[in-house]
Amino acid sequence: MGDFFGIVGVSIGVSLTATALAAAISLPLGTALAIFSFRGRRLLVVLVNAFFGLPPVVVGLILYLALSRSGPLGFLQWLFTPAAMVIAQAILAIPIMTALIHRASERAWARYGDELICDGASRMQAIPPILRIIRAELLTAIMAGFGRTVSEVGAVILVGGNIRGLTRTMTTAIALQTSQGELSLALALGAVLVGISISISATVFALAGSARTAGSDEA
Amino acid sequence: MTQIRSLLALMVAFALHPGTAAAQSITLASTTSVEASGLLTNILPQFTATTGISVHVVAQGTGKALDTARRGDADLLLVHDPEAEQQFIDEGHGVRCRQIAWNDFVIVGPSADPAHLRGGSDSVAAFKAIASARAPFVSRGDNSGTNAAELRLWKIAGQTGPIREKWYRDIGGGMGQALNAASAMNAYTLTDRGTWLSFANKGSLVIAVEGDPRLVNRYDVIELDPQKHAGAKLGPAKAFADWLVSPEGQRAIGAYQVNGERLFNPSADKPK
Repeated sequence: MGDFFGIVGVSIGVSLTATALAAAISLPLGTALAIFSFRGRRLLVVLVNAFFGLPPVVVGLILYLALSRSGPLGFLQWLFTPAAMVIAQAILAIPIMTALIHRASERAWARYGDELICDGASRMQAIPPILRIIRAELLTAIMAGFGRTVSEVGAVILVGGNIRGLTRTMTTAIALQTSQGELSLALALGAVLVGISISISATVFALAGSARTAGSDEA
Repeated sequence: MTQIRSLLALMVAFALHPGTAAAQSITLASTTSVEASGLLTNILPQFTATTGISVHVVAQGTGKALDTARRGDADLLLVHDPEAEQQFIDEGHGVRCRQIAWNDFVIVGPSADPAHLRGGSDSVAAFKAIASARAPFVSRGDNSGTNAAELRLWKIAGQTGPIREKWYRDIGGGMGQALNAASAMNAYTLTDRGTWLSFANKGSLVIAVEGDPRLVNRYDVIELDPQKHAGAKLGPAKAFADWLVSPEGQRAIGAYQVNGERLFNPSADKPK
């Protein structure tokens, strides 16, 4: 049972950290793609959307080779640690989160961009108010990112190594239980994974609802 | 906005939370059979309790485990493919190879037994019978120790080169996956006895052939060469290797049972 809580803790800790890391990059990037115009912007937007379907196992393999002690990032000694799993999951979450934030920012910018600039704000200074306007969509993006990370198995099993008590997540534990023929235990753990991801999503959704109400109060 | 901010704060708190890094830890590249059979899960706490060194087990097939160590991503090896191990040592990656335990491979298959193998003890005759009956056979196909043992038997049975037949199903997976597949497809497969005994989804599978001297399965612990792998934690790795062959470690290995059956026979004193 101690194992069980450990596994759930690793899963949620790694996925939340990865989502936070991805958010720190995707929030400014998604908005910047909407309000700045520069050479290659269109291409970047296409790339971000194309990477939606980035196969986790490919991300895992490339990261594995990079983080291996004989690879370019080997000095970090991150292979088979939670840090490697966080990086892998963040890479998978960034395209989805950036694309969702870009789309919402584009609409908000079309509507409020001129006003913000008239108020004397530079485009850089306009990023925080735009993010405030699209806060409901931000939560959706964060939720989508978390969903992508917590349910993933191909990348984390490669770079994490499924080490008991250190890098074993719910998804890799399910894979292991299945390989031991413990199908009912695997299924039970699967039910817990579904339950946890549903309740986290529901909580965020409820938060988004109250954020929207608070927003209309301000207006 | 405050909700988002508190959510982000929560995430950052997780990010800054220090990991469960123990004072001393080593990475052991090992095989799926010692992990899936529950052996390491059972004996590691005893080693950690006496030495304070925790062992992070990355369970892979023997071929992949050796590669992981070649790349410098492991501190110690616990594997079971004599030929591949010799090559690893000849390349200068490993310095000392000690046998810690043995068990045996068995050929398992559906109780209907379409190739009429039941009760036999000649593994090569059994493989020939499977081939001539064109009975479904699941191969690990993952370059693991068990896979290597299987391919050696096919070679002795007269199959030169890879088998490309419909009855020969190369699944490219671990021991457990192979047993799941064999159980679902009513196929024969070669498995180590440890994984077999602890496997919970046998379905109609039963042991068809056992007791052939060619089916002995040896597990070796290999220490890495300090020149080639200066970055590895060789001190604590040696401590674990020494413990495995010590009377205490050997007792722990011998004491591990599943359903009253011993899975691994300690053999550090008398290598088999």
